[in-house]
Amino acid sequence: MFSRRRLISGIVSISAFGLLSASRVSVASAAPKTPLVAAAASLRFALPEISRAFAKEAGFAPRLSFGSSGNLARQIRQGAPFELFLSADDALVVELFRGGRTADAGAPYALGRLVVFAPEGSPVKIDARLEGVKAALESGAIRRFAIANPEHAPYGRAAREVLQRSNLWDALASKLVFGENISQAAQFAVSGSCECALISQSLALAPGLADRGAYAMLPQDWHDPLRHRMVQLAGAGDGAQAFYAFLTGPTAQEIFTRHGFASPGQG
Amino acid sequence: MVLPVRARGKGVMDWTAFLLSTKLAAWTVVLLLPTSIFIARHLAWRRYRGRVFVEAAMALPLVLPPTVLGYYLLVGMGKASPIGQAYETLFGAPLVFTFEGVLLASLIFNLPFAVQPIQRSFEAISGEVRDAAACCGMSPARILWRIELPLAWPGIMTAFVLVFVHTIGEFGVVLMVGGSIPGETRTAAIEIYDRVQAFDNAAAGAMSALLLVISLIAIVIANVATSKADIGRE
Repeated sequence: MFSRRRLISGIVSISAFGLLSASRVSVASAAPKTPLVAAAASLRFALPEISRAFAKEAGFAPRLSFGSSGNLARQIRQGAPFELFLSADDALVVELFRGGRTADAGAPYALGRLVVFAPEGSPVKIDARLEGVKAALESGAIRRFAIANPEHAPYGRAAREVLQRSNLWDALASKLVFGENISQAAQFAVSGSCECALISQSLALAPGLADRGAYAMLPQDWHDPLRHRMVQLAGAGDGAQAFYAFLTGPTAQEIFTRHGFASPGQG
Repeated sequence: MVLPVRARGKGVMDWTAFLLSTKLAAWTVVLLLPTSIFIARHLAWRRYRGRVFVEAAMALPLVLPPTVLGYYLLVGMGKASPIGQAYETLFGAPLVFTFEGVLLASLIFNLPFAVQPIQRSFEAISGEVRDAAACCGMSPARILWRIELPLAWPGIMTAFVLVFVHTIGEFGVVLMVGGSIPGETRTAAIEIYDRVQAFDNAAAGAMSALLLVISLIAIVIANVATSKADIGRE
């Protein structure tokens, strides 16, 4: 029979392990206080690469937390301890700035592009004018169509604009599945559970996606430009400042371009 | 053949997230079990008006969607709430989106998992046993330690395992209250969600398998512990 002594020793050893892991976690993350970055989901592949390039120079890498820009902005308003916010929508940054949450109005760092993506084996033929999507919809070949949630994901909002403009929004309404952010929408598509998706070019080019489907760029004037803007939040430390400066530098900009972002001056 | 993505240039397992989950579960057990023993004992033996409502309120986390619980916790602990403000005044940092905030949430959503099994065990102890112990001149503290706790043992053991595993497995509440901050609030369950969104099925698969094994072992331990204790009592 289990005794109280065993319970006590069990609890003690587990809490000791917990405390041990506590110290290990804090050593791993806080030794030089590494900046905490909230980043738009479209940056999920570009930013880790930039962060590694930065770490080579600075000796420390920022901690990255990805989500839809709208969701991250909400978390920031609710007091999340982020030091840097890399938004896919400049309006969210301006809003935080007006609310007094940021150090300044921030800076543009990239311009995102929306693409139409079809996974391997999809019956949808993709093209920039969405003619193939229209045809597939009429023939009943589309059962599920993924976009990011337009309520809080900038690429989702852009996707809604595109679909409304091309008179597909109502016809697609019953087929739409909404990703919590753009990378979840992409994940829906690549898992094969959707025949088609509107995602960011940065994800369409990502490993794990690029080799499992095809994409076509959508006309840039079919939606409001996806101006990515970043800002240092109130209380940002030196590490965050250094990374912020690095992001507009040539190394980071080259990586952004390779991942399907345009430089912020264009468009 | 699709090669798994190594976005962060590290192995398949995110041990930081697993250690964080373990740390959260350990703190939850250490803080919640002793408290729950007293709550459970109280609920088992005291009869008063409104007790059914107290019991019902404490069982709420069992039936509420994690989003409902998460929403109330987020609002209740947020910057605008009295608790959030008091905490920020005391410690100089907000409570939500921190480990401490997730721990507080964890204590709340685990309450029924800790209290109910212990309460059932206390209810099974007859009043005669306690009366006899008191007649022998044992002090209430000694009765608790020598008579009640050993008899309530299976329930305490079950509560211990349930709370530990449930904390490791909780997703919705932790995501809403904690966000997904590496080393701070990104537990193993949330890391799996994150890996799936990064098309990193190798990592998501490996970490899911580990969580599955941990949960299975825990249930076996709980079952063995309670059945052995039952045999010992007969």
